[in-house]
Amino acid sequence: MSWTRRLTALITLLLLAASPAAAQSVLRIGLNDDPDALDPTISRAYVGRLVFAALCDKLFDVTPELRIVPQLATSYEWAADQRSIVLKLRPGVKFHDGEPFNAEAVRFNIERHQTTPGSFRKPEIGEIKSVDVINDLMVRLNLSEPLVPLLAALTDRAGMMVSPKAAKELGDRFGTRPVCAGPFKFVERVAQGKIVVARFADYWDKSRIHADRVEFIPITDSTARLASLRSGDLQMIERVSPTDLAQIRADSRLKVVGVPELGYQTIPFNVKNGPKGTVLGSDVRVRQAIDLAIDRETIVKTVFNNEYIPGNQWVSPSSPFYNAKFPVQKRDIARARQLLREAGQPNLAFTLIVPPERDRQEAALVIQAMLAEAGITMTIQSQENVTMLQAGRRGDFEAYFTFWSGRPDPDGNVYSFSTCGGAQNDSHYCNPQLDALLTKARHVADPAERKKLYAQATEILVRDVPRLVLWHRRVFTGYSVRVQGFTPYPDGIIRFQGLKLS
Amino acid sequence: MPLGLYIARRLAALVPTLLVVSVLIFSLQQLLPGDPALALAGEEHDARVVAAIRAKYHLDKPVAVQYAIWLGNVVHGDFGQSLRNRIPVSELLASKLPVTLELAGCSMLIALLLGIPAGVLSATRKGTPIDAAANLLALSGLSVPHFWLGIMLILLFAVRLGWLPASGYVPPWEDPLKNLATILLPSFVLGTGVAGVLMRHTRSAMLQTLDADYVRTARAKSVPERLVVLKHALRNALIPIITLGAIEFGRLLSGAVLTEQIFAIPGFGKLLVDGVFNRDYAVVQAVVLVSAALYLALNLLADILYFFANPRLRG
Repeated sequence: MSWTRRLTALITLLLLAASPAAAQSVLRIGLNDDPDALDPTISRAYVGRLVFAALCDKLFDVTPELRIVPQLATSYEWAADQRSIVLKLRPGVKFHDGEPFNAEAVRFNIERHQTTPGSFRKPEIGEIKSVDVINDLMVRLNLSEPLVPLLAALTDRAGMMVSPKAAKELGDRFGTRPVCAGPFKFVERVAQGKIVVARFADYWDKSRIHADRVEFIPITDSTARLASLRSGDLQMIERVSPTDLAQIRADSRLKVVGVPELGYQTIPFNVKNGPKGTVLGSDVRVRQAIDLAIDRETIVKTVFNNEYIPGNQWVSPSSPFYNAKFPVQKRDIARARQLLREAGQPNLAFTLIVPPERDRQEAALVIQAMLAEAGITMTIQSQENVTMLQAGRRGDFEAYFTFWSGRPDPDGNVYSFSTCGGAQNDSHYCNPQLDALLTKARHVADPAERKKLYAQATEILVRDVPRLVLWHRRVFTGYSVRVQGFTPYPDGIIRFQGLKLS
Repeated sequence: MPLGLYIARRLAALVPTLLVVSVLIFSLQQLLPGDPALALAGEEHDARVVAAIRAKYHLDKPVAVQYAIWLGNVVHGDFGQSLRNRIPVSELLASKLPVTLELAGCSMLIALLLGIPAGVLSATRKGTPIDAAANLLALSGLSVPHFWLGIMLILLFAVRLGWLPASGYVPPWEDPLKNLATILLPSFVLGTGVAGVLMRHTRSAMLQTLDADYVRTARAKSVPERLVVLKHALRNALIPIITLGAIEFGRLLSGAVLTEQIFAIPGFGKLLVDGVFNRDYAVVQAVVLVSAALYLALNLLADILYFFANPRLRG
């Protein structure tokens, strides 16, 4: 037999082997990274949330418009002083190990989030002082202070309920075999290889679940991820890079949708965090000048093909909490120069730390050129992400280029970054008037009134510019036309309810 | 020197080498900027969370104490727990080792099948178009970047022709044919690189031996050219190739970072890169130590083979 024949025979053999064996509907989703521990209490990475959407239901969920809707809890009622909240729970819900979901399970889970060493949920729900079991399907959460945004925390990992029995048995190894009450149960995980889940027959909402199995495959290289989608190996990929959009749009077998993200891309300035805060912290006009010298629309057009959204506030312009009185302003070099002269710094120079990541590196170069036209010298210093964040905490920076992934409740996008002593306020910007507004917004349940408070807060932040908000990404999900019933959410998480594979 | 003594001496030399490697990797990691506790804390850099992580993983202790704790555990076969996945590192290693071994083995096989015949062919046809073509191929094997070749092969065989899966890995005990399909392209990418090296060395070694007196004698005795090349010349030319092959194989075993990334193969390379980016010290230390041990073991094996292949060493 000639070698060409042998090769053809081999390839035919492989081809036969590669064809799907059974009629089971298997949905394969490409992830950008390998998730960390699959335990809602100690999970940190964003990418893990995509897997949790299959495994673990939460007390509440959000709609694409960010309204809070029931999931494992069916309703809630705040006490008049907003210091406690009563949750009614869904009857007849079972965990994957057959254990019942009830008020005791809720108490166990909240306590687990708060007491597990290394819990990432503790800061999110630290204000819950105690949990009272009222009856089998009703609990009261008692808070140390009024905190309306708490409800939003319960729509994410802090609201995920795991089986108490399994959690006690597995201890700190729970993440290797998670047992929750979501639409799919855990089958296996090969670290950096794949995570497999299978349909849970006793799921409370099973009529809306159509896939038999879901496999999550981490592929870090975006070109390879796209190739896998195009070849049909994968049916969906998350967080598609804007540079890959043209190829997907050109392929009739594929679709892509994008929604504005919850977060923002931002440059915090060192306002008062140690000696490096002297240049940009000395005079608000200096920061206003930088703000004015940047043309956000041009950045979005040139670097991101106009796929992202120019922004200047801590929520995107499509959010109900965006203050329309302060839209993204036009670039004004003359005014920027004037402000610098008034501040006594006509030859302003500062250093921007940028992590080695394409989006921010390219945008930084454009910003550098824009600032130069206003007489501002910005030096770009590349620093690996973790190192940069550490420099941020220590005050070893003048400005750095970072992002916030965003939270459904506006409080999560602004409070800890902008209040005096806030956990993520690396700028050390401090304004008691702003603190009062943001704290009050935590105590008010009425959305209209909260909106007013946040509008006032935005006015202060836009004027004082402790950080620049530059653009909001769109979260793109690419998928095969075989996938039906997909609804995009601004958090980028794929919901499996209603999702079908034809 | 008897073989037993030779092996014993080489084995004894392994221990201090590995110790030096472990000290090196431990101290190099300390030089990496960035606090692992902060890396673990991620977006939420709440001071309380960071402090709790630091205490949990002994990151608050002096480096020497951290090293001593780690070494003590390693001697007992405990590589610690992955900071990120909260899985024992030994489990992670055990799940990756067969994948890496398979990938390295298949790549080596492809490299040997391509490299040695091409080397012999180009040496015996020196100066002909065949020689030039073989040299060109070897040079491209050496210089074409793996990630580029990988992407091109994926686009051709997975996207355009649809013959092979684009990425992912299926273990052989789950489905041997699928396993072969997933491992073929990455092995080819890695194999062609090594084949280039092997071809160049085989060619020069063959040219040298073909010039040797005993080859001329063999030809004078009118031994058929086929036998002269394959039996007399190639056997001797292969001796340096054994060493080279072992070194290349060792390199493949330490993980093919880019190739594994592109084909989404969960091997040592991917484990190492993820470990470095997440400051997952326990994982990085274990992967480097195990790779170093494998590398040294392969070198030892090559030396032993050498011992058999070259009678002069036994003298």
